[in-house]
Amino acid sequence: MQISCYNLGMSLTPQQVDHIARLARLDLSEEERQLYSQQLSAILDHFQQLQELETESIPPTFRVVQSQRPLRMDVVGPSLPRTRLLSNAADVVDHQFRVPPILE
Amino acid sequence: MDMQNDLTLLTLSKVREGLRAAEFTSRELLEAYRARIDRYEPRIHAFLFLNLDRAMEQADQADQKINIWRKNPEQSLPPLTGIPLAVKDVLCVEGLPCTCGSRILEGFIPPYHATSVRRLIEAGAIVIGKTNTDEFAMGSSTENSAYGPTHNPWNVEHVPGGSSGGSAAAVAARFAPIALGTDTGGSVRQPAAFCGVTGLKPTYGSVSRFGLVAYGSSLDVVGAMGKNVADVAFLFGLFAGVDELDATTVNFARPKIQLDDDVSLKGVRVGVPKEYFIAGIQTEVEQSVRAAINHLQELGAQIIEISLPHTKYALPVYYLIAPAEASANLARYDGIRYGPRSEAESMWDIYYHTRGEKFGAEVKRRIMLGTYALSAGYYDAYYGKAQKVRTLIKQDFENAFEKVDVIAAPVAPSTAFRFGEHRDDPLAMYLEDIFTLPANLAGVPGLAFPVGFDRAGLPVGIQIMGAHFAENILFRVAHAYQLTTSWHTQFPEQIPSA
Repeated sequence: MQISCYNLGMSLTPQQVDHIARLARLDLSEEERQLYSQQLSAILDHFQQLQELETESIPPTFRVVQSQRPLRMDVVGPSLPRTRLLSNAADVVDHQFRVPPILE
Repeated sequence: MDMQNDLTLLTLSKVREGLRAAEFTSRELLEAYRARIDRYEPRIHAFLFLNLDRAMEQADQADQKINIWRKNPEQSLPPLTGIPLAVKDVLCVEGLPCTCGSRILEGFIPPYHATSVRRLIEAGAIVIGKTNTDEFAMGSSTENSAYGPTHNPWNVEHVPGGSSGGSAAAVAARFAPIALGTDTGGSVRQPAAFCGVTGLKPTYGSVSRFGLVAYGSSLDVVGAMGKNVADVAFLFGLFAGVDELDATTVNFARPKIQLDDDVSLKGVRVGVPKEYFIAGIQTEVEQSVRAAINHLQELGAQIIEISLPHTKYALPVYYLIAPAEASANLARYDGIRYGPRSEAESMWDIYYHTRGEKFGAEVKRRIMLGTYALSAGYYDAYYGKAQKVRTLIKQDFENAFEKVDVIAAPVAPSTAFRFGEHRDDPLAMYLEDIFTLPANLAGVPGLAFPVGFDRAGLPVGIQIMGAHFAENILFRVAHAYQLTTSWHTQFPEQIPSA
C-alpha cells in the first residue's frame, strides 16, 4: 500500500505555503515550511486523479441525509451562567475576554 | 481476585443481569475493572484522564438504587445503572477535562455534557475516564495524540488503530465493558478491527453531534464499542435519536435494542464489492473476511458480487472535504476563549503563536490542506470537485442497495501495523483508511466486528455496511454471525505489565 510521498508533479512553493499558513493563522518553523511544501505537493499530486472524472453535470453533495430542518418557537431558554462559560479562558476581566488592542 | 477477573469478561447484557440479580455489586464490578487498569494501563495508555475515585462513589450510589429497586422491582431502573463507560476524549463530559488529544485544549473543562454522553449517564452509566485519540480525531493509529500513543492490547508493539484507539483498547484490555468513540473516516471501525472488538459507526444524522468537538461536520458521527453486537446495539438504542441541539439529527425509527436470537439469514442479500479486494491487501485479512462471508452464506444469506466503481476516489475526496471542514472548525482555537494562550504584543500574533505552538504536525497539515482547498482560485478545482465526486460515491451505494441489503468488506487493508511504520509518509497513513472512508462520505452505517486473526495473532475485522438508517439489518447479520462463532469472545490473555 506504500505510495511514495515524494512524487514529482504539481508542487506548492514555500511562498505558497507561507500564504496558506497566514490565511490559517499558523506560525510555521522553517523546517515545517519545507516539509509541508513537500508533503502537501505530493498529496495534492495524488489527488489529481479526481480530474479524470467528468463531473460537469453532477450536483455537489453537502449533506448526505436530508434533515427535516424542524422549526421551533424563537423563545429564550435556559443557558449556562456566563462565569462558567468564561472559566476556560486564559485572560478574563469583568466577565469579558481580555485581549491586546486590535485598533491602533 | 479470580471472581473479579471474571467480571471483566462479562458482556454488557450479562453485567446488567448480574447487577439486577445481586450476583455482584457495581462497586465489585468497578473494582474488577480498576484492578486491570492499575496493572495494565501503564503499558496500554488507553486513557488521557481517569475518573475512578468519583466513579467509585457513583458505583456506591448505583448499588443503593439497585437495592431499592430490588425491593420494588415493578419500578423502573435505568438500563445502565452501575455500569462503567469509557468516553473518547473528543466528547464533552461536564466537569472532566477534554483535550481532544491536543495541547491547544490542555486544561479545558467542558461546562456541559455531549448529548450522547448525557443520554448514557441518564441511563445510569458511570464515566470511568476519557480515552486517548489522535489529535482532534485526525489519524489512524493514536500516534498523533499530543499525550503519547495507545498500545494495542494484543501486541503492545503495534498501534491500536485510530482515532478512537483508546476506546477500542479499553474494551479489548477489559478496562471497561463499553465505550463511546467517534467516526469521521473510520475512527470507530478501524480501531475496533485492530483491537478485535465490535464497533458501530451509525448513519450520519442518527446521533446528536452536540458536545462532540467538531472535526469534519458533514462526516462526524458518534459510535459505540463493546464486546459484541448485542451490547453495541443496546447502547445505540440509548444514545441515538433526534436532538434539538443538533439540527442535522433526523427523527427515525429507533432500532429495537433486544436482538432476535434467530441465526437464519435466509432472504438477506449480502453484496461483496470487488473494489474492496484489491492487490496489496494482506492475505490473511482477505482470507478471514472471505471465510466470514462464506459463513454468512451458510447461515442462509445470498452472496452477490457487486461494484462500487468510485471507491478509489474516496481517498482524495475525503482528504479534501474533511480538512476543508476542519480548517473552518478549528479556527475557534485562538487562545482567547479556551485553552492556553501564547502571549504576544498583538492579537494577530497571539493567534499565530498559540496555533503554531499548540497544534501538532498532522493537525497543522490538515488545516493547511483544507485552507488551500478552500482558498480563492482553488475552490472549484479541489473542494468543489470533491463535493461532486462525493455525489458519485453516494450514488454507488444507492445503486448497490437496490440489489443487496448489506455490503460486506474488510475494514482495513491490513491488521494493526507497527508504531512508526508511516512516520514520514502521511499519504501512506491516509491509505490505511481507503475501506472506511466511503461509508462516511455516503453517510451510511457500518459495523465492524472480529472474524479471525493473522499469523502474528492480531485480530482481523469485517465491516457490514447498510443503507441510511438500516442499522437493524447490520445488527441482525452480525448477531447471527456472533451467535454461531467465537472470535468476538476472545481477549488478549497476556498483556505485559509495565
